[in-house]
Amino acid sequence: MIVLGIESTAHTFGVGVVEDRPPYILADKRVNYVPSRGGIHPREAALYFMDNAVKVLREALSEAKLSVKDVDGIAVALGPGLGPCLRVGATIARALATYFRKPLVPVNHAVAHIEIGKLLTGFKDPLIVYLSGGNTMILAFSDGRYRVFGETLDIALGNFMDTFVREVGIAPPYVVNGVHKLDMCADEGKNFINLPYVVKGQDVSFSGLLTAALKLFRSGVYDLRDICYSVREVAYTSIVEVSERGLAHTKKKELLIVGGVAASKVLRTKFEVLSMLRGVRLGVVEPKYAVDNGVMIAWTGLLALKHGVSVEPERAYVRQRWRPDSVDIPWMS
Amino acid sequence: MDELVLIASGAEANLYRGRFLGYDVVVKHRVSKPYRDVKLDLMIRRDRTLTEAKIMLLAMSLGVRVPTVLYVDLENSIIVMEYVEGVLLRDYIGLVDEGVRRAYLELLGVYVGKLHKNDITHGDLTTSNVIVSSNGSLYIIDFGLSKISNDVEDKAVDIHLLMRSFESIHYNMSKELLTYFLRGYRSVLSPNEVNDILNTVKEIRLRGRYVEERRVRKS
Ligand SMILES: Nc1ncnc2c1ncn2[C@@H]1O[C@H](COP(=O)(O)OP(=O)(O)OP(=O)(O)O)[C@@H](O)[C@H]1O
Ligand SMILES: Nc1ncnc2c1ncn2[C@@H]1O[C@H](COP(=O)(O)OP(=O)(O)OP(=O)(O)O)[C@@H](O)[C@H]1O
Repeated sequence: MIVLGIESTAHTFGVGVVEDRPPYILADKRVNYVPSRGGIHPREAALYFMDNAVKVLREALSEAKLSVKDVDGIAVALGPGLGPCLRVGATIARALATYFRKPLVPVNHAVAHIEIGKLLTGFKDPLIVYLSGGNTMILAFSDGRYRVFGETLDIALGNFMDTFVREVGIAPPYVVNGVHKLDMCADEGKNFINLPYVVKGQDVSFSGLLTAALKLFRSGVYDLRDICYSVREVAYTSIVEVSERGLAHTKKKELLIVGGVAASKVLRTKFEVLSMLRGVRLGVVEPKYAVDNGVMIAWTGLLALKHGVSVEPERAYVRQRWRPDSVDIPWMS
Repeated sequence: MDELVLIASGAEANLYRGRFLGYDVVVKHRVSKPYRDVKLDLMIRRDRTLTEAKIMLLAMSLGVRVPTVLYVDLENSIIVMEYVEGVLLRDYIGLVDEGVRRAYLELLGVYVGKLHKNDITHGDLTTSNVIVSSNGSLYIIDFGLSKISNDVEDKAVDIHLLMRSFESIHYNMSKELLTYFLRGYRSVLSPNEVNDILNTVKEIRLRGRYVEERRVRKS
């Protein structure tokens, strides 16, 4: 079985083609919208996607040496994400499915991050820590679904890190040579300054930390490098702590880190310590597939299609706040 | 104290059972975590030990049943408390019939209502942090993340966490459990207070759901 998948939930428009046997990935093409300044502007991103969609689709098909006729299904990320961006992918997918009479498979973006992570690490039933620009969640499979075990009560980790470095004037760009500006700055610091460390149950919260850290910075009393070090320490540690809670409570033996922030080496080291402490296996998705991409949508679409999941094109609505825990996962049982 | 037997290794503490001053006790030792900065590690363990002991005493004075605190060693992050023989509410819920379930959830609602009425929030309110003792009483435990706060947000987070434990562990009866809980909770707090808190719960639940406004607001 071969499935083509389209990703367009936030700043990446990606098309992937996968097959249900090694080497699995037949094509992987993407473009990234980079805002000229500030954070992401959904409408600008959507326009950029529209300008590039056909080109990316063509490139992916030529990389896979296939035409749309040859695939068994069209998968698309219908959420969660930014409305204008989501609609670009959904429109193209609906058109392809209708014109070529292929089943259209709705895919949840968060579930796709998990499934591609499992494929690449060979994990079967991990505790999942999903850390991206827009999401911070701890999930575990139980009784048919990925249940949300913990999450952020306000802003996501990646968004928090990006906002902080932008506000103190050292970004954009946020990531240089695979290292986030916060990590770069923090590596130079060493003195820990007390900042609000917020863990509530299995949840974390970063908005208080952001406010307090920016206040410290504006007071002019502290070295920015020490502030970065402390901010990073508090933010990463609170995530690792709630992950440890997740492991203790769910008793899962695999720990899978997915999403763009998983690329941080320092964070990874902390997770390595945790995995040794708890005697679990650690899998960190390689940066290329940890960030948004079409391959993960295609792969999850393939799993779903094999279990008969599809939707009529005219009923394939985008869902900006589609929760992963509302999606049945028939391929896990 | 001699013959300590490890009974649980939680996410942040090791718990031992032993005897102390003639009582059957639990020794809760918060252990150091090698994944965090040494200074931060010390701070977290000390703060939580102190908070836990203080709030347990406070809760007890309000008529909320918690294990009696017998000894605190801040330097080593240790609390010695009464041992409660029983089962976790988490495991108990599925074993009993509806009437019993209702009674315990209502009582939990009353206890949490009393805490909130006195501006105490638990911070980790789940059915895993409640013990149903063998003589039928309900004990709330694990106050390490609790705080004194009149902020409606903190109270709402308690309810949110409890609801999530219903939804993730007891998903086939989560509505029923919430109804019983709220019956007890409402009997202690004023209707206005409850409304404020439940509205904030709704807000929090939307926030966690990958919100567009949340990203865009920052730009
Ligand atoms: N090397 C790195 N170290 C730390 N953070 C990184 C690194 N590379 C990227 N990030 C962060 O990851 C985030 C982007 O990740 P991703 O592409 O998964 O996010 P997203 O588009 O917000 O995804 P989602 O739609 O899943 O929320 C950004 O916040 C970015 O700063
Ligand atoms: N006073 C007590 N009497 C009997 N058993 C207790 C008592 N206190 C704790 N326990 C047992 O020890 C376990 C862990 O206790 P507690 O929740 O306080 O630790 P923790 O490390 O904070 O746990 P968590 O993993 O929730 O963070 C409880 O689930 C319970 O089974």
